[in-house]
This record gives sequence, C-alpha cells and structure tokens, in this order.
Amino acid sequence: MRFLSSRRRHPVAKVALLLLALFVLGGIYNAVAPAERVAADNDNSQQIATGKALFAVGCASCHGLNGEGQTTDTIQGPSLVGVGAAAVDFQVSSGRMPMARPGEQAPVKPNRYSEEEIAALAAYVASLGPGPAIPAESEYQAAGLSDEDLARGGELFRTNCSACHNFQGAGGALPDGRYAPALFGISNKRLYEAMLTGPQQMPVFSDEVLTPEDKAAIIGYLNELHGRPIDGGLALGGLGPVSEGLWAWIVGIGLLVGFAMWITAKGAKAK
Amino acid sequence: MSEDTGASPIFAHDDHHGGELTRADEARYPVPDPGHPEHLPRLTDVDPRAADRATRQIAFFFGMVPILAIGFAVVYFAVPGDWFFDFGPLRANARNLGLGLTFGLSLLFIGIGAVQWARTLMTDEEMVDLRHGATSKPEDQQWMLTELDKVVDETKLTRRKIIGRSLLGALGFVFVPMLVGLADLGPWPTKKKRAETIEKTVWAEGVRLVNDVTFAPIKPEDIEIGQLINGEPETLKDLEGTAFQVEKAKAAIILVRMNPNTIKIPDSRRDWQVGGILCYSKICTHVGCPISLWEQQTHHLLCPCHQSTFDLGNSGVVVFGPAARSLPQLPITTDAEGYLVARSGFTVPVEPSYFDRDSRQDFEEGDN
Repeated sequence: MRFLSSRRRHPVAKVALLLLALFVLGGIYNAVAPAERVAADNDNSQQIATGKALFAVGCASCHGLNGEGQTTDTIQGPSLVGVGAAAVDFQVSSGRMPMARPGEQAPVKPNRYSEEEIAALAAYVASLGPGPAIPAESEYQAAGLSDEDLARGGELFRTNCSACHNFQGAGGALPDGRYAPALFGISNKRLYEAMLTGPQQMPVFSDEVLTPEDKAAIIGYLNELHGRPIDGGLALGGLGPVSEGLWAWIVGIGLLVGFAMWITAKGAKAK
Repeated sequence: MSEDTGASPIFAHDDHHGGELTRADEARYPVPDPGHPEHLPRLTDVDPRAADRATRQIAFFFGMVPILAIGFAVVYFAVPGDWFFDFGPLRANARNLGLGLTFGLSLLFIGIGAVQWARTLMTDEEMVDLRHGATSKPEDQQWMLTELDKVVDETKLTRRKIIGRSLLGALGFVFVPMLVGLADLGPWPTKKKRAETIEKTVWAEGVRLVNDVTFAPIKPEDIEIGQLINGEPETLKDLEGTAFQVEKAKAAIILVRMNPNTIKIPDSRRDWQVGGILCYSKICTHVGCPISLWEQQTHHLLCPCHQSTFDLGNSGVVVFGPAARSLPQLPITTDAEGYLVARSGFTVPVEPSYFDRDSRQDFEEGDN
C-alpha cells in the first residue's frame, strides 16, 4: 500500500485512476446488462434478417420496404408497425397474405411459406414495433372447460361475435363485397389470433378487455357447438331464415306447385 | 241447369255446348261466350287396357297404405331412440325419420291414389251448373217483411219500449270492460311519461362503462386502435328481471377506438372522447336492432336488419340505409381510478323514432 499512497500525487495517478474506474464500470456493465441480450440477439437478429429478406420479396410491394405502409400509391397496404407477430402468423399461415391482388378482402388460399419462414417474417414485423405476440398453446387450447365456462363463452360469442359471424359461426356479408368468414374448422390458434389482432375489418379484442380466459371460453364454445351432431336433419348451413326461407319457397312451394299442375293437367286424349 | 232466372245476359241462350256464339249486351260483355269445347274422351275411356293399367296404379297406391301403416307400428316399437341415420349432410334420428316417412307417405299415397282415380277413371264430362240470381223473388221479400213485423209484434217491443232501449244500453256497455283492458297496453305516453321512460337511460354522470357479460370495468390504455367493446353501464348490475331487460335494451353501448387523426371530431364533442375512444348507443335509430357490426378500417357500423350504416368516425351520421337519425353518442371521460365513465347521460333519446320525438338536437352532418 505504501507504494500506492506515496505516489498518490504523481501526475499519472489521476489518469490511471480514471482509466481504472472506466474499466471497472465497463466490466460491470459488460458482465451484467448486455451479456444475455447479445447472446439472444445473435439468434434473433439472424431470424429478423431472414424475415426482412422474405418481407422484401413477398410483402414490401404493398406494405413498403420497411413495413411503413403505402397509402398514396395505386397499390396500398397498411403500416405493419405495431401489428405484432400474432397478426403475421394469422395472415400468412392462413394464406390471406400475401394477397394475390389488391381487393376489398384478402381471401383464404393455400399458404406457400414454411413454418420457419412465417416465424422469421413474424420476428421481423414484431421488431418494427411492439405488438401482440403469437399466443402460447396453453392460452388457446381451451381444454378442461366446465359447462359454466362454455355457457359464458356462448354468451360472449353472441354478444361480441355473432353480429358478423352469425350465431353458429357460419359467417356473413359486409358492405362492398367484404365478408366475415365462416368459423367452421378454424384452428383454436387462428381463432385466438384473430380476436387478438383484429384482421382486416374485424375489430380488435385485446387481452386486457376480453381476457385470455374469455377468449378460451369462446373458443371452447365454438368447438362444442361445431362438434355437436345436428339431430334435426338438414341444418342448411345454420344460416337461419335465409336458407330455410329459400328452401321453403323453392323446394316446398315448388313441390306443391308441381302437385297442383299434375292434379289439373289434362291427360292424353283419345282423339 | 234446371233453375234459370235469366239474370245473366251471358247465358241468354239455352244451348251452350259449342256451335253458335252468343252476342248479348255488348257494352258489358264485349267478348262473346265461347261456350264449351267439344268433349274428348280420354285414353282410359276408350282403351280397356289403359283403364286396367290406371286401376292397377290406383290400387297400388291405396294398397301401399296398410303396408306403410304397419311399417309405422314396426318402426315405433322396433327402432331404438338412439339410432341415427347418417348420410352426408343429413343426419337424423332413425326412429323419427322412419315414423315420419311411413306416416307421411301413407297420407300422400291416399291423396295420389284419389287424384289419379279422378283423373283417369271418374267421368270428366264438362257441365254447367248455372248460378241463380242473388235477389229473392218479390213475393218472398214481401213474406219476409210481414213475418218480421209479426215477430217484432210478438216480442212486445213496440209496446214495451223500455226493453229495447235497455237492451241497447246493455249491448253498448258490455264493451266497456274490454275497452278498459286496453289500458294494459301501457301508460298514456304524455310528454312527462316519455321523459321518464323511453327518453331516459340509466346512464348518468360518473357511471362506469363495463364489458357486457363480464361487467369488468375498462381502462382507456387497455383499448387498442381498431378495438370494439360491447358495453353496458355498471349500474345495470343492480337491476333484475324485467327492469334489467328494459334498461339493458336502452342502455347498451359500443365503445370503439380509432386513430384521432383520421376521424372527424366536431368542436362541440372534443371532450366527449378519450384519445380516440368514442362511445355510441348500440341501438339502431331505425327500428332498434342492436348493432355491433363494425368495420375497423372504414369505421362504418352496419345494422344487419335493414343495412343502415353509420359512420362512427364522423359522430355516427347515417351514410346509407333507412335510418333517419345519427347514432346517439355518449360523452365519456375517466374517473379518479382511471376507468372510463360517462360524462353525462345521452344528450338525445336513444332507440327508434316515435311520435312527437324532438329530433332537433340530433347530430347532423355539418354540425360542429
């Protein structure tokens, strides 16, 4: 210690102390804060880079090179900043995006991307701004629901969803050629993501307002509803008065008219 | 054909079976009566084999009925109630299907047999059954009047007038209970009565906006742009039964969040919203359907009943359809705990129009 204390006023001492302090601080910072992030970033940034490359090929013509959206060109697409990974997973895995051509609504079509590619796209879009992440399986599996939960799910479904998707989830029409798609055979994950992100004209139902339990109850109710055998004979698509009325008018009245014509028709005459 | 009153000029001639055409009363019947076409025999009238074939058909349909009826009894007892008939989109309880088919077909076959019988074998000679005139003969009318006088005299009504008058009074007043019963239709809709019933909802200053079904209160930061919430007033929870239904029918709301920079907010309604979160009545102003069919990109709210469309990005004005008034907007703000609350009740009556509704306060396109 005498060596240090005798040289504490040495001209180099201040500089040396400053350097030491900087090293210590830098060392602590290096050890604590960024260490994990760097490790994670190596993996993630690779994925984001892949996603960005895919994005430039498949999405950028409408959504802009950096996902900022295009609102003035002839080809328009909304900004993807903040839509989150869940929206990308929903749109791309269902084949809605990329759209084949601009239009009122993106129809479902075969998906050409592999799971890794969708994950990369999702990671890239998620890096543009904070948004809902792809839900975990535990959130959307909707298993082990009691009858009470299912009944509540039904009530929530009729309150929030049936206006557009019909009381059976058979879908319905919207103005200008748009439509709410039918919900038959849609996977739990996709149902959850649709509620979470509000694709296209569908409103958002965020987790804070419609809690994950509520969403699971709705999904469970739909599974129960669609899994139930229809014992009444022809369900006619579950569309209610539309298809039933069509059936009654064309088939029912048509049959009666046919009988009436047969009754009054003049048969073959002998002359 | 026996009774000919001569009332109808169209049947002025006795012989209507073809031949000479009648030309009577051209002003009223400009088209002459063509009479009947010549009767033509059917195949079954002239060909015995065709008649036999028809007989067999008819007997087959009638003969199937006992078999089907016995089939009904067999299905009733032999088919268990939990058997199902599965065929593509058609799935039905086997017993119900069997019972319906056997009984339904047996009724149908009786009908088909009877109709086929009438069409092929029963006589089909055309014939005319003339209608007689509607007026009675003068002597019949005279007899009726004297008979009536006699009856009136026998009832002593002419001499004891009090009976007739009291009877008239009785018949008049017997309707009073029925008229009084009409009061069950509801109170007389005076201005005061309307103000405290259909023009009033449970919304008031400080009432929290909650989710429908779950009754969870809502914080503005939990609502994302493009989000729709079907809501109710928190005070609705305290009601039960009829009162609950009545108030829910009027107080239902929808809460939407839009980017405030892309929507029109008039100056008078600048403090009715919280960061682009706007609250509207859920009840269509046309005939009162609950509407939550909202397109988040166009901000249009569509009523599924008659396609009235409201622009929620423009104070709820009607952009299409039969609705005449814009959707009433509820002024909202946040309370001390940060939850969304009503700033006041609705400023105009919600629900469809009615007689004497003052519509001057409703928002119209161009108001500020």
